[in-house]
Amino acid sequence: MKKPEPEVFGAHSRRTFLKSLGTVAVTAAASRAQSVAAELEKVNGEQTVGPGPVPVTLNVNGKPLKLQLEPRVTLLDALRNYSSLTGAKEGCDRAACGACTVLLDNLPIYACQKLAIEAQGHEITTVEGLAKNGRLTKVQEAFVAKDATMCGYCTPGFVMSLTALLQKNPQPSADEVRHACAGNLCRCGTQPRVLEAALQAAGVAAARTTHTEVMDYA
Amino acid sequence: MKARPPTALPQPDYEAPDYEERVGRVGYDFGLSRRSFVKVLGAGLLVAASVPALAQESGRRGRGGFFGSGARTVAARIHLGADGTITVLSGKVEAGQGARAELSQAAAEELRIPVSRVQMLLADTGEVPDDGMTAGSMTTPRSVPAVRRGAAAARNLLIQFACRQWQVKPHTVTVRDGQAVDAARKRSLTYADLVKSNEAATLLAQAIPRDVELTPVKEWKVLGTPVLRPNAHDIVTGAHCYPSDITRPGMLYGKILRPPAYGARLVSINLAPAKGMSGVVVARDDQFVGVAAATSFRAEKALVAIAGTARWETTPQPSSRELFDYLKQNTGGGAPQNPFAGQLAEARILRRTYHVPYIQHAPLEPRAAVAEWSDDRLTVWTGSQNPFGCRRELAQAFHLPEDRVRVIIPDFGAGFGGKHTAECAVEAARLARAAGRPVSLRWTRAEEFTWAYFRPAAAIQAEAALDAHGRIATWFFININSGPNAMDTPYAVGKKHCRFLPSKPPLRQGSYRALAATANNFAREVFLDELAALAGADPLDFRLAQLDNPRLRAVLEKAAAEFRWRERIKEKGAAIGLACGTEKGSCVAACAEVEISRAPKKIRVRRVCQAFECGAILNPANLLSQVQGAITMGLGAALREEIRFANGKILNPSFAEYLVPRFDDVPEMDVHLLDRPDLPPAGAGETPIIALAPAIANAVFRATGAPVRALPVRLAEA
Repeated sequence: MKKPEPEVFGAHSRRTFLKSLGTVAVTAAASRAQSVAAELEKVNGEQTVGPGPVPVTLNVNGKPLKLQLEPRVTLLDALRNYSSLTGAKEGCDRAACGACTVLLDNLPIYACQKLAIEAQGHEITTVEGLAKNGRLTKVQEAFVAKDATMCGYCTPGFVMSLTALLQKNPQPSADEVRHACAGNLCRCGTQPRVLEAALQAAGVAAARTTHTEVMDYA
Repeated sequence: MKARPPTALPQPDYEAPDYEERVGRVGYDFGLSRRSFVKVLGAGLLVAASVPALAQESGRRGRGGFFGSGARTVAARIHLGADGTITVLSGKVEAGQGARAELSQAAAEELRIPVSRVQMLLADTGEVPDDGMTAGSMTTPRSVPAVRRGAAAARNLLIQFACRQWQVKPHTVTVRDGQAVDAARKRSLTYADLVKSNEAATLLAQAIPRDVELTPVKEWKVLGTPVLRPNAHDIVTGAHCYPSDITRPGMLYGKILRPPAYGARLVSINLAPAKGMSGVVVARDDQFVGVAAATSFRAEKALVAIAGTARWETTPQPSSRELFDYLKQNTGGGAPQNPFAGQLAEARILRRTYHVPYIQHAPLEPRAAVAEWSDDRLTVWTGSQNPFGCRRELAQAFHLPEDRVRVIIPDFGAGFGGKHTAECAVEAARLARAAGRPVSLRWTRAEEFTWAYFRPAAAIQAEAALDAHGRIATWFFININSGPNAMDTPYAVGKKHCRFLPSKPPLRQGSYRALAATANNFAREVFLDELAALAGADPLDFRLAQLDNPRLRAVLEKAAAEFRWRERIKEKGAAIGLACGTEKGSCVAACAEVEISRAPKKIRVRRVCQAFECGAILNPANLLSQVQGAITMGLGAALREEIRFANGKILNPSFAEYLVPRFDDVPEMDVHLLDRPDLPPAGAGETPIIALAPAIANAVFRATGAPVRALPVRLAEA
């Protein structure tokens, strides 16, 4: 095996650009000049890690997950490609579809937009961590009962967004459910059922969203 | 409708084989003797701008093809386990449309077992019969009966077996709850008993009789009931492995070098920077360049390391701004003249052109495949609606006999007509061969938006003349580029001429949910509202006066009644519209209510009332899902979705720029499913989408007075 070569990036995709700067850039862009300076000072004072793999410990579903990761690996890739937690899905890798939604200290986040090293020291919950001893949570049960899945690729993301909502707001209104799901895309069109499932899980009477009538002609 | 004998095979009451596959294939060729030769479209050279490319796109594709060869014997359709398990085999795929549940019901009904006892093995070409592509709404009218015939034949074998064991006549034996029972003597035999007998091999090798008697609709116990998705539990817990979740021991992650634009040709590239990276595999085969590494991160880095060294030769490409002129100019001979022109001198004539843009399926799971070679045998796990077609494409690309290729399709993250091809699987297999290890290739969203195929754009010319009674006397309708589906008018017009003119597509195009029926139905139904306005008639009355098809009338009347069309149309400024249509043996009508704001310009759909009828309903729960899903998907195509491109580059290849419906866009829905147990079941995955865009467009027309002549619907400049 050859010695690892110096890593040269000829071009930055938006993603590698964002990842290379991490949250610092995003924060800086939104802050005033002096806080930019403060951030820079802080960053300059930090020890550089990488670009090769470094040990990273994540607390996932209540268990430590020890991995060797390049520092720019996202939380989503760490879960999906460096361990076997594939419940969070990759649908866009650009914070647009929500299929990768996981909980970070009970808040829903896009795992594709978080570096794994930044997620250290936080409690991460993925869809695999919801059911305890094979018992589905109320949200999961309601998804099954209301047939709120079609292809199901978006489902884990919706389940996580709604799990977070019900933890914070156990009796949401239909509009609050819509708001909680604003960051999750579904192409099959399960939205009416997801709304019903969320309200059922919360024990709230379902708003009138869909009427179905099977008419017998014969 | 003519009554059918209850036990006859349900025959579709429409022309079933009208499905023409027009998907542009990439046509990779990695033959050893022609190592650096890539056929026609090449690696990513997806511009179908040459004559050979057009030839490659059209026509059905050989043996098996769209409908498949099916299962000849009982054993090929149903595996009966000695332990009592019952596994039903089908070449159909599950991508959210509900085939798994419906085929399970079909088998359970005829085997006389609870649906929970059926294990459904789908789309593993090494195990299942070729049931054709999962497309064209054909699972319901073709595969459900095929599975029922196989299961009914198995049940008859159990009866035969019991008769011989007990030395009794067949009419004394009944099968219930998975057991043959001789009621008089209280004896029973199960499918497992049959399998354990000496006769099993002979019996199960029997051909499935074509005329095997099926359970009449009125005796259905499992079919017709709302059976939920069999694997919902695995979906909500994250346990189900989609193609992009599959891992294999020693697996690498792949990345493919994509051209900067359509039509670009790779002239040179320096692979050394990637080859110099430890643990990185680099493969080049003329236009194909890909890398693989143990981590997705490293593979991406290796690709970035070489991408900058690539030199490309580009050719000028059309842009979406000039798309419709381009399509009209490239029909090869131009549009035909209206044969009825001048025949009705006094008549009122309307001539309109409608434009439908390129749009994308954008399934939530982009293309993904894992490929693994072992002694010149190839196994691929991928998400495709066409397992046997994928096997064929792989065999062709690598010059292998088809029996050395096994394609396994796990339930995957949706297709909507957009996953009929194998390019991702072929690319993964090429990398896996170079690596000597399994390779997973997962297309990014940008790759999916750029290098998958699109729903064809359409320029539609419509011309009609009204007679003195305000009825359509002549009807002339030309679809350029998108296809002939639902092109014929269901209205009783005097004379008609409808034609599809292929053009030279500037983008790679292919199937989409309901194919060209979305475009043709949009143009026709919007044109109809303009004609109704010309005739001074209510759009509902105008349609009903010229509609003979009783099934289409029924859904239109139902939707209008539930929506209270006749009352609401009298309200001042009513922002409502309706449309209907029929395709693939089913009928749909939609009424839509919109809300229009001028600043910022925005159209919001508040409510959709849709009636749908597809014969005898097999599974009302799944049918509801399909109809709701079609409404939401149709909403996107109606209001926002449009692929923009310029000189070979897709300008909006992300969910941030290509806007699909979001949660709060979804309108209030009233869905009315009309059950017709007297009619054979027709598929329902497609037709429920075709009435929505025109209903919305007609609502905008009514609200603003400005007719809509293009999708997505835009508000005219005030």
